[in-house]
Amino acid sequence: MSGLDFLTTRLETALGWGRKYSLFHYPFITACCGMEYMSAACAHFDIDRFGAGLTRFSPRQADLLLVVGTVTHKLAPVLKTVYDQMLEPKWVIAFGACAVSGGIYQNYAVVQGIDRVIPVDVYIPGCPPRPETVLDGLMKLQDKIQHQKQDWRWAGKA
Amino acid sequence: MGRESLIDEIRTKLGDAVEGVSDSFGDPVLTVRPSSLRSLMTALRDAPFDYAVLLDLTCVDFAAGEGRFELVYHLYSLSRNVRLRLKASLSASDPVAETLTGLWKNADWLEREVFDMFGVRFTGHPDLRRLLTYEGFEGHPLRKSYPWRLAQPRIPMKDKV
Ligand code: SF4
Repeated sequence: MSGLDFLTTRLETALGWGRKYSLFHYPFITACCGMEYMSAACAHFDIDRFGAGLTRFSPRQADLLLVVGTVTHKLAPVLKTVYDQMLEPKWVIAFGACAVSGGIYQNYAVVQGIDRVIPVDVYIPGCPPRPETVLDGLMKLQDKIQHQKQDWRWAGKA
Repeated sequence: MGRESLIDEIRTKLGDAVEGVSDSFGDPVLTVRPSSLRSLMTALRDAPFDYAVLLDLTCVDFAAGEGRFELVYHLYSLSRNVRLRLKASLSASDPVAETLTGLWKNADWLEREVFDMFGVRFTGHPDLRRLLTYEGFEGHPLRKSYPWRLAQPRIPMKDKV
């Protein structure tokens, strides 16, 4: 392993560590799962312990999109726009059965899973998922971020 | 005004508009002719009946038959604390009824919803647009003839893997 490779690997690790513990999330909340999001986010379960406590209400300041609840065809363009407005690197969690697959709604109105509209990193099942499940999903995402190839948008732009 | 006398009163005052009277969990249900819906409602809203609140308006699709669509109105009287349900059958080929927007303001959105979901037209409605679905949506999703689970996406959807 050359010296440069060694440095790159180290930098990747450091970047991954930094990114996974500073997730600014944008809560895209549409339905009943929002209640469980609230309990996961508030003091009892406290996602701040995992570095994901900073809720941003502008997609431009967020790097984690939490899609919580039912997404209808009427809403799908809005979800797409919000996703497109987020800066790279960005991740998406589908929170609850509705966001994962349309859940109990298979009808004219509901999108059968948000992965038909935007890419999804972690799926959290449950109707609604318990906060423990949410924390588990969050840790899975952190693991993914740590081990993925880090996006260096600034390198090579000079 | 007791229950029996109320129905008597409605029958004597508006008899020709009422086709039938029944009972649902203690509340009277009137089946009425759609053509006299508006005049009947006007009378019911004012004294002595005093049904000041239009609680709900919805529709039932019986899938077939001449009276395929049935409008269901729920009224409530604040002063007498009683409820009343009215039903009116509409034709399958051209379901149309008179608007009640002049009587109750909330009839506006209720009628728009019924129009959106069932395709019932309300003559005289000031702004009969879809309420819940979006522009470009074709058909009326709560009609029994609407294809089962047919979605009409506004943006391209990826196929499920
Ligand atoms: S998954 Fe269940 S709890 Fe969550 S939004 Fe859908 S119906 Fe509501």
